[in-house]
Amino acid sequence: MTATPAGNVPPPTGELVFELRVPARAGLLKLIRGAVGEAAREAGCASASADELVMAVDEACQNVIRYGYGDGALGDLIVQCSRDDEAMTVRLIDFAPPVDPSTVRPRPLHELRPGGLGTHLIRESVDEVAFEPPHGRAGNVLRLVKRIE
Amino acid sequence: MERQRHDGVEVIHLEGDVDLQVSSQLRRVLLDSLRQGLDLLVDMHTVTYIDSSAIASLIEAFQRARKDGRRFALARVPEPAMRVMRIAQLDRVFPIMDRVDPAFGQT
Repeated sequence: MTATPAGNVPPPTGELVFELRVPARAGLLKLIRGAVGEAAREAGCASASADELVMAVDEACQNVIRYGYGDGALGDLIVQCSRDDEAMTVRLIDFAPPVDPSTVRPRPLHELRPGGLGTHLIRESVDEVAFEPPHGRAGNVLRLVKRIE
Repeated sequence: MERQRHDGVEVIHLEGDVDLQVSSQLRRVLLDSLRQGLDLLVDMHTVTYIDSSAIASLIEAFQRARKDGRRFALARVPEPAMRVMRIAQLDRVFPIMDRVDPAFGQT
């Protein structure tokens, strides 16, 4: 984990809880889940609600790892977790090629096939998910918002 | 993950976090068992987290088993994992047992 260079990360929504910069690798997902889960529970999220936020963040991080950098390329992922009185906001910032949001679609659940579930899980788990314009050298900024309840 | 064989059934005991880091290994183990002509029972009793990549491996194995005429079921799925299955509407697709019984599905 390293300190985040200024200029690549948008300002937090409310109070910054933590900001992690890690290599985008599957082995670090557990660390990210732990940090997000702990932050959500500490902010007052019920256990199930915290688990849902963790799941959404994990699935979104997976997309960066598997598709963002692609073909085994290495790159970093910044996880910014902030909160205000009403909600947790997690931003995921990467330096991969920009995603076309119109291509990010969940698969119809009646089609039983291995892929395409992650996007559905994200949308069902948080109150808001949206791409934001990137800052500095960032490629993509994804914002996930979960109400504290 | 631990594997045990009982009368033509491979019982795979998953444990801990089953995520992107281990899902390709899970996929290999499941498909390898099916290639050997075994039925599959996946015991999830001590799973603490499961993600879409692991679920994708389960779906692929389930479909392959069905195609090959082999039995496939999940057993002892903890509630957090069941929540994920429900969101994905897979609780109506996978056979889910409440105990590990290698005789599952046999009449």
